[in-house]
Amino acid sequence: MLLRSQSPSDLSSADVTPRSVYLNRRKFLQAAGLAGASILAGRWLWELAEPSVAAFAGTKLTVSSKSPFSTTEKLNTYDDVTHYNNYYEFGVDKTEPAKNAGSLKTYPWTVSIEGEVKNPRKISIDEILKLAPLEERIYRHRCVEAWSIVVPWIGYSFSEILKIAQPTPKAKYVAFESFYDPREMPLAKYAGIDFPYVEGLRLDEAMNPLTLLCVGMYGETLANQDGAPVRITIPWKYGFKSAKSLIKIRLTKDEPPTTWSRLAPNEYGFYANVNPHVDHPRWSQARERRLGEFFKRDTLMFNGYSDQVASLYNGMDLKKYF
Amino acid sequence: MRKLLTSQWTKVLVFAFCLLPLALLGWAALHNGLTANPIEYITHTTGDWTLRLIVITLAITPLRKIVGQPDLIRFRRMVGLFAFFYGCLHFTTYIWLDKFFDLHDMWKDIAKRPFITVGFLAFVLMIPLAFTSTAGWIRRLGGKNWQTLHRLIYVTAIAGVVHYYWLVKSAVIRPLTYGAIVAVLLLWRIADRLWTKAGAVKEVPAKSDPQKVQA
Repeated sequence: MLLRSQSPSDLSSADVTPRSVYLNRRKFLQAAGLAGASILAGRWLWELAEPSVAAFAGTKLTVSSKSPFSTTEKLNTYDDVTHYNNYYEFGVDKTEPAKNAGSLKTYPWTVSIEGEVKNPRKISIDEILKLAPLEERIYRHRCVEAWSIVVPWIGYSFSEILKIAQPTPKAKYVAFESFYDPREMPLAKYAGIDFPYVEGLRLDEAMNPLTLLCVGMYGETLANQDGAPVRITIPWKYGFKSAKSLIKIRLTKDEPPTTWSRLAPNEYGFYANVNPHVDHPRWSQARERRLGEFFKRDTLMFNGYSDQVASLYNGMDLKKYF
Repeated sequence: MRKLLTSQWTKVLVFAFCLLPLALLGWAALHNGLTANPIEYITHTTGDWTLRLIVITLAITPLRKIVGQPDLIRFRRMVGLFAFFYGCLHFTTYIWLDKFFDLHDMWKDIAKRPFITVGFLAFVLMIPLAFTSTAGWIRRLGGKNWQTLHRLIYVTAIAGVVHYYWLVKSAVIRPLTYGAIVAVLLLWRIADRLWTKAGAVKEVPAKSDPQKVQA
């Protein structure tokens, strides 16, 4: 059977909560229009559904290790992180993605790795989930709009993907492209930005172990509004750099044009490192509101990750390359 | 229709309508409905309603003439004062919940951030209008002066739209919609004035219109 083509050994039944099996089975039933199907058909669908649960929202993920990169700060609640989102394809209000992102079909899912690589290939979400041991990483996440959250992401360093793809010597940058389908995302046309959403990093930034290929949070797969089934998470940069629902990873010779920087190059730079000393032209970046806190707190250089990443920018004028 | 517009109950109803956004905010606050960032939500909601009520006050004069219901004027002061009321709430959330009464920080913001500058301007210009909104002040200033002073609302409306436009990151459709409505309402006034002037040249002598004070 097609869905069994992946080795089933990596996800034991212990990884699967009854609730998610139930939900997925229900999804399959709905999709096939077989809500009133016979027991036999139901059983067949159950078998079909079971191996596929890996990539669906709300599925438990087994984390092999806690990361030394994790902060000990207090986590934001799952409710905050899933009901206060910027995902412009699903509406520009913070509460809209939670209402609208349900239409995103996150399985099956394939990410294409292309451009300046020796091994261009398409990689399925099942492969992505077992490419490297999953780690939990509790990162600070700082939005360019001056709010922040602390999230227990799950994933592994993005460099693991590059190990497979093997960038050619010409590769200097990585571009991340998000899924876009105007039929599934009818509100996108009011967002005022061009889609598909594209973000990017310099190759050495992408190779930095902090750069996380993220498949989950809070012990389970990502919620759709948080970028399911796979996203990039770059904790020392403003949140808009961390593109969601990736379908393409392209290695390039030149700096790739990125969505926000193309829209307003004077406001959103390619680097977009969190920097309390370089204000957005229209508002201050010196302080931020941690969701759930009353008082604003000081924003830290590189969002507090200077030890890991400051050396990437030695000798660079960060006011110029903001 | 006239009876309806001049009824005391209609005024009560409009008053209640103007309080509804605040009531909804209070309800949301009690029912965990202010999103994960309540301060931002309160700031945006009070800002939205300030702008909406300003647009409504600006629409009253054109509406009176177009649909021939001069009695609509009875609601203009109330709606205008409510616009100021929501403007005060909006400004208070900013200075209290966002700046925590750090006046120095606030002045820095106003001087440095154009979107705060125009927002502050829009708000400050409403203060004399609210202060002189009574019949006593119309008398004291004289109809003509009072009317000139209250044209400041045009500046407030434009500044309010610009404030909103400069605030958003990319979704400019909403501020542009407000901008288009305000533009239509102001252009109507210019057109109306030109029209009246052209009419006045033909129909000598131009009588002084007691309702003009309210235009």
